[in-house]
Amino acid sequence: MINWANFVSQAFNGLVLGALLALISSGLTIIYGTLGVLNLAHGAMFMLGGYAGYVAYNYTGSFIVAVAVGALFVMLVGVVMERVIIRHFYSRPPEDQLLVTFGISICMVEIVRFFFGSLSQTVPAPAVFSGITSLGFMFYPTYRLALVGIIAIALLVLFLVLYRTRIGMIVRAGIEDSLMVDSLGINVYRIFMLVFGIGAMAAGFAGIVNAPVVSITPDMGESILVQTFVVVVIGGVGSFPGAVIGGLIAGEIISLTSMVNPGYAYVMLFAAMTVVLVLRPYGLLGTQGRE
Amino acid sequence: MLKRRPYLITFLTAFGLIIAPFVLPHLGFAPNTVNRILVWGLFGIGFDILFGFTGLLSFGQSAFYGTGGFVAAYLLTRAGFPHVVTAIFIGAIAAAVVGYLVGLLALRRTGIYFCMITIAISEVFFFVEFNPLSEWTGGENGLPGVPAPSFDLGFIKMSFTSGWTLYQFLAVCYFVGIVIALRIVRSPVGAILSAIRDNPLRASAVGHDIHGYKLTAFVIAAAYAGFAGGLLGMMQGFMPPDAFMFDTSGQLVMQSAIGGIGTLFGPLLGAAVWLFLQDFLQVALDLGAAWKLVLGVVFVLLVVFLRRGLIGGIADLYNLAFGKKTAPAEESPEMDVAVDAADEPDVAPMPPHRRAPEGYNGPILKAIGLTKHYGGLAANSDIDFTVNYGELRGIIGPNGAGKSTFFKMLTCEVVPTAGKIVFEGNDITGKNVTDVCQLGLTKSYQVNQLFTHLTVRENVEVAVLAEMRGKFKLDLFGNPDMIPGLNEQIAHTLAMVNLIGRADTPVSALAYGEKRRLEIGLALANSPSLLLLDEPLAGMSPRERAETVKLLKSISKGRTMIVIDHDMDALFELAERVTVLQEGRVLVEGTPAEIKNNEAVQQAYLGGLKEVA
Repeated sequence: MINWANFVSQAFNGLVLGALLALISSGLTIIYGTLGVLNLAHGAMFMLGGYAGYVAYNYTGSFIVAVAVGALFVMLVGVVMERVIIRHFYSRPPEDQLLVTFGISICMVEIVRFFFGSLSQTVPAPAVFSGITSLGFMFYPTYRLALVGIIAIALLVLFLVLYRTRIGMIVRAGIEDSLMVDSLGINVYRIFMLVFGIGAMAAGFAGIVNAPVVSITPDMGESILVQTFVVVVIGGVGSFPGAVIGGLIAGEIISLTSMVNPGYAYVMLFAAMTVVLVLRPYGLLGTQGRE
Repeated sequence: MLKRRPYLITFLTAFGLIIAPFVLPHLGFAPNTVNRILVWGLFGIGFDILFGFTGLLSFGQSAFYGTGGFVAAYLLTRAGFPHVVTAIFIGAIAAAVVGYLVGLLALRRTGIYFCMITIAISEVFFFVEFNPLSEWTGGENGLPGVPAPSFDLGFIKMSFTSGWTLYQFLAVCYFVGIVIALRIVRSPVGAILSAIRDNPLRASAVGHDIHGYKLTAFVIAAAYAGFAGGLLGMMQGFMPPDAFMFDTSGQLVMQSAIGGIGTLFGPLLGAAVWLFLQDFLQVALDLGAAWKLVLGVVFVLLVVFLRRGLIGGIADLYNLAFGKKTAPAEESPEMDVAVDAADEPDVAPMPPHRRAPEGYNGPILKAIGLTKHYGGLAANSDIDFTVNYGELRGIIGPNGAGKSTFFKMLTCEVVPTAGKIVFEGNDITGKNVTDVCQLGLTKSYQVNQLFTHLTVRENVEVAVLAEMRGKFKLDLFGNPDMIPGLNEQIAHTLAMVNLIGRADTPVSALAYGEKRRLEIGLALANSPSLLLLDEPLAGMSPRERAETVKLLKSISKGRTMIVIDHDMDALFELAERVTVLQEGRVLVEGTPAEIKNNEAVQQAYLGGLKEVA
């Protein structure tokens, strides 16, 4: 029989994972929507955020510094990557972009492995959020509760930047038609760099705030990347709201299925993706033509 | 490159495989390394057909590699099936069946969606192998005890256990694999796969069922992967669960790209480089785990600077060293002479092959109430339009009059919001562009839609194949030269559009006017009974225009044509009747003389003269 306390706790786990996937997928989807590049190194950037934060935490002992360093370092990596390599691939076939970002992700993973080894590392939760909280009917780790709030704030900031600022308006216009934005006299390549930076930062931020929940390993980005793809396919490529909804759906599917049998979590996730692909080929909130 | 000298390549492959055991040990290759290279190379042949020849980049090949491997290993270990080779074939068939089912889903989408879906699917297979199916697959332990092949020939018992004896068996497998792949690549299906890679839209518009062919390539790739997976278990005496891992797919993609895609041999070379460097960096340079970082950097550099991989790089060097220049981009003077010589086209007209249905003697095309809305915008509203057999109809109208949308509806590229299209008595409303082309209605595009990496002749061949073979046929081992009438029709088409002298030139090296003529040639190649031409004269110099008008006149003999163009002088000279579209409606229809003197037409083009006056 279903154990209700267990069910609610798994539903919360699903919310945490879903929020995390929503944030990472938003980064992936705005990069794809604007630049037309599917960044296969996005999972590696998630991992990189965790490690950059881990280093910062070891030097300063401050979780806030760790989060700031994790997010900003990955943003910097994203900007450099866009300037040095991705820029040359805008006019090349999409398959080349996939190949080069895949190669970059291998390099990132192996660099981290070279310096930190393959063993997992941990970043403790900040003291304020350590321990467990009683929700009346059950106990739940405090940091996971806080994490939902932290990611919700991050998503809200991303939403405000995208929907309430001039830059955000240009980015959204770029998702619709980057050629048109270019011909309106806006330097679209600077926007591309910015978007790549923001998208990377979302992954890096997710990587460090998630570090206290899981221990970090060099290849942690791979499974996250796969889940992110499913989220984007479900939500619709290039759609920020789609990424958020898709993330929450995917998080709950994985968590609730794991409660019954962890072996089937991916099968169910895949089944959900299949249903969406059959019924709404462009995703729940996607539109035709963004491909 | 692979298409010429077929026996030479087969011979060289056999020669290379025979001398490898005598040469490679001196280069530091252990026999087991060579065997692994062969398995990767065989795995990669299928992947190359999928990615290099069809343009579909899959990061999910591990799913089929693992499926084939575990089915074969299960049969040979747990099920006690005695025949090693048969088990491996059963594994390959199982992988092909799984590939068919996965392909049905993954090929619903193209480009990056396809890539994401294949990654997601392969990840599912990994988890399924580990958990729900672990009773059959051994879960994380894999399946140990896979036997090596042995054959009892009565007088001698041959067994291929390990090292160079196993090499003999694997080399034969690889040889057979490459011979089959070469046949596929040179078959009509191979030509169509390359066309799909270059321009899927046009491949379907010249009458090929591209979904069916993509699925075919996907299944072929899965079968090769499954076969290689079976060999892997046999080679190691153990079927490892990590065959299913994403890393396996990733390594395959990287090896193929390093060696060179679209070459069939690239994955083999890439695997050799990969495994050699892995040994070399780990052992000789004592880099430990950093070997993969070095390979990752090498891979990124190759993708950035040498996108055709090592084989492509070698080919470029060879061309550079031996001064084989690519054809000049502009028309050389000789070409001009050739054009002049063709001023009086003495090519016999190419009448349509298809006959109208028995007893049908109505108009060839009839559109009733054709309407197309894009959101609130009415591109076409309520157009009635009839064209009779043998007619040469012109359509004119100011920019934005809805001419191209009208054409797209007629060829069924765009579904009309309302209305009905009847072609030779058949209602074709709601059919797709491929079926309509097969019925004998084709279009040349306003913006060139060519197969840019193929030669002029190959372009035309792809279009002619659609007529000769229908929209889908699996003659995987067929030889295009054996199809009766194919070469004649290609030659005839090339002669009609005056491109015989450029037959072996790649499209990318053609001048603009030549590309325009090829564009018309592609629509003409499968001898349609109704040919639509969307601005055939666009962007041409006055001289090219004059030549093209002559060309169009000669094409129109015995054929019905509808031509859109802005060049009214040319159109009035060509067409017997002219339809004028304005703001999505038929403004007026009549002979050129009537149209020239029609006040409404003058009004539409010159705009409210009276008001100005």
